[in-house]
Amino acid sequence: MNAPLSPYTAPPTPRPVSSHTLSVLVDNEPGVLARVVGMFSGRGYNIASLTVAEVAHADHVSRITIVTAGTPEEIEQVTLQLDRLVPVHSVTDLTLRGEAVERELAMIKVAGRGEDRQEALRLAEAFRARVVDASTASFVFELTGAASKIDHFVELMRPIGLVEVSRTGVAAIARGPEKTP
Amino acid sequence: MSASPIPAAQGAKQVTGAPQMTGAQMVLQVLREQGVTTLFGYPGGAVLPIYDQLYGQGDIRHVLVRHEQGAAHAAEGYARSSGKVGVLLVTSGPGATNAVTGLTDALLDSIPLVCITGQVPSHLIGSDAFQECDTVGITRHCTKHNYLVRSVEDLARTLHEAFYVAASGRPGPVVVDIPKDVQFARGTYVTKRSVPEHKTYRPRVEPEIARVEQAVALMAQARRPVFYTGGGVINSGPEASKLLRELVQLTGFPITSTLMGLGSYPASGPAWLGMLGMHGTYEANHAMHDCDVMINIGARFDDRITGRLDAFSPDSAKIHVDIDPTSINKTVRVAVPVIGDCTEVLRAMLDLWKARDLKADASALAEWWRAIDKWRGRKSLSFRPSTEVIKPQHAVRRLHALTKHRETYITTEVGQHQMWAAQHYDFEEPNRWMTSGGLGTMGYGLPAAIGTQMAHPDALVIDIAGEGSILMNMQEMSTALQYRLPVKVFILNNEYLGMVRQWQELLHGKRYSESYSHSLPDFVKLADAYGALGLRVSDPADLDATIQAMIDEPRAVIVDCVVSKEENCYPMIPSGKAHNEMLMPDDWDVDLDRVVDAKGRELV
Ligand SMILES: Cc1cc2nc3c(=O)[nH]c(=O)nc-3n(C[C@H](O)[C@H](O)[C@H](O)COP(=O)(O)OP(=O)(O)OC[C@H]3O[C@@H](n4cnc5c(N)ncnc54)[C@H](O)[C@@H]3O)c2cc1C
Ligand SMILES: Cc1ncc(C[n+]2csc(CCOP(=O)(O)OP(=O)(O)O)c2C)c(N)n1
Ligand SMILES: [Mg+2]
Repeated sequence: MNAPLSPYTAPPTPRPVSSHTLSVLVDNEPGVLARVVGMFSGRGYNIASLTVAEVAHADHVSRITIVTAGTPEEIEQVTLQLDRLVPVHSVTDLTLRGEAVERELAMIKVAGRGEDRQEALRLAEAFRARVVDASTASFVFELTGAASKIDHFVELMRPIGLVEVSRTGVAAIARGPEKTP
Repeated sequence: MSASPIPAAQGAKQVTGAPQMTGAQMVLQVLREQGVTTLFGYPGGAVLPIYDQLYGQGDIRHVLVRHEQGAAHAAEGYARSSGKVGVLLVTSGPGATNAVTGLTDALLDSIPLVCITGQVPSHLIGSDAFQECDTVGITRHCTKHNYLVRSVEDLARTLHEAFYVAASGRPGPVVVDIPKDVQFARGTYVTKRSVPEHKTYRPRVEPEIARVEQAVALMAQARRPVFYTGGGVINSGPEASKLLRELVQLTGFPITSTLMGLGSYPASGPAWLGMLGMHGTYEANHAMHDCDVMINIGARFDDRITGRLDAFSPDSAKIHVDIDPTSINKTVRVAVPVIGDCTEVLRAMLDLWKARDLKADASALAEWWRAIDKWRGRKSLSFRPSTEVIKPQHAVRRLHALTKHRETYITTEVGQHQMWAAQHYDFEEPNRWMTSGGLGTMGYGLPAAIGTQMAHPDALVIDIAGEGSILMNMQEMSTALQYRLPVKVFILNNEYLGMVRQWQELLHGKRYSESYSHSLPDFVKLADAYGALGLRVSDPADLDATIQAMIDEPRAVIVDCVVSKEENCYPMIPSGKAHNEMLMPDDWDVDLDRVVDAKGRELV
């Protein structure tokens, strides 16, 4: 007989988990970020990336972009649970909608001398990373692009002399002329 | 995130010559405008300006509880029995934290509350000031929404909004935290009418008609249908119960309900199957398991209902009516979701059913009823009667028999007595049954009875209690006496934390760890000490007379009804089992290892 299945002990069924990017428009009132983040922690969902900033100053509206992973059912619940929060204007699953531009900015510090410096600069050029700080022993590169591109660049820098990385998290927006509802 | 301060009275129309007043005066003015006549609370430093405004006025009756948890449950009882928003007022720090259990209870049972908390003055926030706590932080997870009011210019609008949010859509508790300086400051009052429509929160009430059409079409094809109704019908108001009764009659379908929905369909009605779920009837659970079309109206597929999810009603197409989209497909996938208020959806269903002159297959339905009658024949709520000792089920049945001709409201604590009350007290009307379902809060019943009695001064209000639970908020007897509230506490005293003992018997090898109720007070003397009437009954022959004496007494009463100690509450679906694997009242000599396996023991 199957093991009993209940909301408490349901074994983690090996169902396909996929990454989704959610765009959440919120009223920029105090505590709104805590509400959004608290919903994820309180209900056991994960946040892979989170960005937030005011996007319409006069209307006090901020956009929160969240990358989360889950089964289709979980993603649906996450979306509905976010939408239920009182200060939330709208939630759009950009991944489900398809056709979104997703970008992240990273600053990557690399230290080294001689040949390593040359190699770092060559790779930076190939990735269109900009040098935003330099010393005789280090560079700070600024790189914008898909998260996967940044991952890739960071991995290439590691053997050369990666010191540290700072990333903004993903910002995303739907393609085409329409406004996200 | 940049927490840019919201400008004063944002969005609200600035009426020239609008009244200027202090924040504390605004609180009272909003309460008046919102039609609040009863307020449950407890004073302290951070709410003294508001208490000062309460002094000597006659519009709003303040009920001084004896513990802030009591204020929250009293407000819940008031709200659930009257359909209004329940309101409580507590001080900062310990006042707020004491209210947290009641707020959480209201969140899980979808009860509309507005809880006003005092806060230390704005300039002290964050400094670990005396009686400071992060009230909005603490209550963020146990409220539907909460606010910290930073400026007196925002206060009236925020309070009006709190009432709107608490009562709209899926109801729930809302906290408004008001620093003391804001209570003293003067500002412009914003009337209820001049608050603009809410910018973001506008829950859908009217259903999509295409969905209702799908639902009705599915119902008309059903051969083995069942209505599974819940607390949403009660939340929606008495009209929803009326429409539900009409729909049940028109379709001829059987109906069961969750613990939270009892009374929406009368227990004496011909289509009634009794409550379903862990302690539901054999017929209700079997009908749910075997049905081909399940019509869920305002219930949320709680785990006390579904049991084993993979075995839950495996062959049915499910319709789910709910005002909260997150309830849909949360644990159980459904074929036809209908988002909307129960009243509106039921009305639309009825209209369509009538307009199209629909009928379910009569012979299939007759066959379904024959199956149900067979299940009914198991008499799953039966118990071994006794002439020596009072059986708790019998006590509830007698209580029902002797009170059913009156306007009676029942509240409960949590445990076996709660389940026996649900099973054996036959509810005929909505809003007559106040119980803590989702959180299962021991100590709920007495304060809830006080709130209920405040809303219905002339009605009979009885808290069916356990001797364990009643001690959790016993202090509220003092409140009952102060306001001359004739609440009746009917303790089914089995000298055990009975529900715990039952689980230990069935799941932990009869090792009764800490579940015996040691050193109980003498409840009769305790009643006397509070100035109430205390009665004790242990002989079944005296039961009726004692209940009658309780009813006839104009004061509050505590009845210590001494019942059989080791009675178990059946039927029971052990955790992790399917609906058709119930433990029945005649199963008492079961081989326990067969009943519950190791996995089941892990469940709650
Ligand atoms: C010891 C113990 C044992 C228990 N055993 C059982 C048991 O055997 N059987 C049982 O049934 N329960 C039992 N319970 C209670 C159980 O835990 C749940 O509280 C209960 O089953 C939930 O009831 P519900 O599904 O009606 O949902 P509720 O919690 O009442 O939720 C109502 C639902 O309706 C929706 N809604 C609200 N307002 C509206 C509206 N206006 N229009 C449309 N939809 C609306 C809400 O969004 C929500 O989804 C037990 C509790 C305890 C403490
Ligand atoms: C505040 C709280 N603590 C613990 C529990 C766990 N619990 C559920 S039922 C129960 C026993 C209740 O005993 P009693 O009030 O005597 O009721 P009985 O089951 O004996 O009828 C306990 C401890 C709870 N529901 N609430
Ligand atoms: Mg007991």
